[in-house]
Amino acid sequence: MFGYVQKFADFLTYSVLKIPQNSRLGSAVNFFIFDTIKIFILLFIIVFIVTFIRSFFSPEKTREILSHKKQNILFAHILAALLGIVTPFCSCSAVPLFIGFVEAGIPLGVTFSYLIAAPMVNEVALGLLYANFGLKIALIYVFSGEIIAIVSGIVIGKLRLEKYVEDYVFKIKVGNVQLMEDKKTLKQRLKETLEFTLQLIRKVWIFVVVGIGVGAFLHGYIPTGALAKLAGKNNPLAVIFATVLGIPLYSNAAGIIPLVSEFRRLGVSMGTSLSFMMSVTALSLPEMILLRRVLKPKLLAIFIAIVGCGIVITGYLFNFILG
Amino acid sequence: MVIKVLGGGCANCKKLMENAKKAAEELGLEAQFEEVKDIEKIMSYGVMRTPALVVNEKLIFSGKVAGVEEIKEILKQQA
Repeated sequence: MFGYVQKFADFLTYSVLKIPQNSRLGSAVNFFIFDTIKIFILLFIIVFIVTFIRSFFSPEKTREILSHKKQNILFAHILAALLGIVTPFCSCSAVPLFIGFVEAGIPLGVTFSYLIAAPMVNEVALGLLYANFGLKIALIYVFSGEIIAIVSGIVIGKLRLEKYVEDYVFKIKVGNVQLMEDKKTLKQRLKETLEFTLQLIRKVWIFVVVGIGVGAFLHGYIPTGALAKLAGKNNPLAVIFATVLGIPLYSNAAGIIPLVSEFRRLGVSMGTSLSFMMSVTALSLPEMILLRRVLKPKLLAIFIAIVGCGIVITGYLFNFILG
Repeated sequence: MVIKVLGGGCANCKKLMENAKKAAEELGLEAQFEEVKDIEKIMSYGVMRTPALVVNEKLIFSGKVAGVEEIKEILKQQA
């Protein structure tokens, strides 16, 4: 499928821009053009598919489903983490979602399973992972993200931390949540999916291009394996460092993943890369600031610590398995 | 007509307010606009996703930034 894209990139680099072949600049420019086109094609396809599936689910429906699954708690956690994949939610909705869930009597731990899974396993991360690393790594990411969400939620539930939720949360009276049961036609649904996909790509494209650009620069100028000593699987601190580094980088998540594929070539191990990406998506500074409005500092700290540990353990595990 | 945008003041909320104002203006509608940022008030509408659009105290949608044309259609129906 991408043979034509490569031919086009070759044509543009060597014939139109007239950059000599086998030069460093040529290799960087060629790589940049090829990667950019390839990544945007795949990103478009994945975001479109995920958005289409998502159009059948809403957080209101998720709340309804979860509030009826209080008896079997393990099942509720798994369901919450799975629904986290398919229900759209932007980080500015974290607070109303949290209040809505707690108010419906959904246990705190189950609510957290959902709140952890939803931002971590998102369509942009999924699309970019698939475009840069292939299906296997994208699935490993999804699977580990789900496990982290389920286990973290169970731990938070077991610790009985309800007293560390801000008191006013329990007093808020939530109005009648309307299940906007939209009977859209398939054509309408596809049209809205397309609109949303284009809207999303318009929002993230600049980060992706900058990420690929920096990657292409490294590709042309820094030799393969240059970071192997520093961040390879033999440095046990690399995973922890990568996780901490990922927290403040939230707003550029879209630019980080293309860059990470370049880090891989430079010798950063797969587990460390996975930890980094998970930390970028799941632990974000803006979301923490928002969640502080409903969580007392202690619970917020516990939440960050548990998810952080989960991410670090995943990193070590995959460094061990994948190298 | 009273048009309210519910949301904590994020970029999406501001965009929705902008679109709503433009839609009302293009239709020549007299409307009062209000940004509802108080979480208790937001929740009282039963909204779990922001931004949300409320016209004359009726919740129209939540969790999306509708375009000017779409809001125009909605306002025409509600007027």
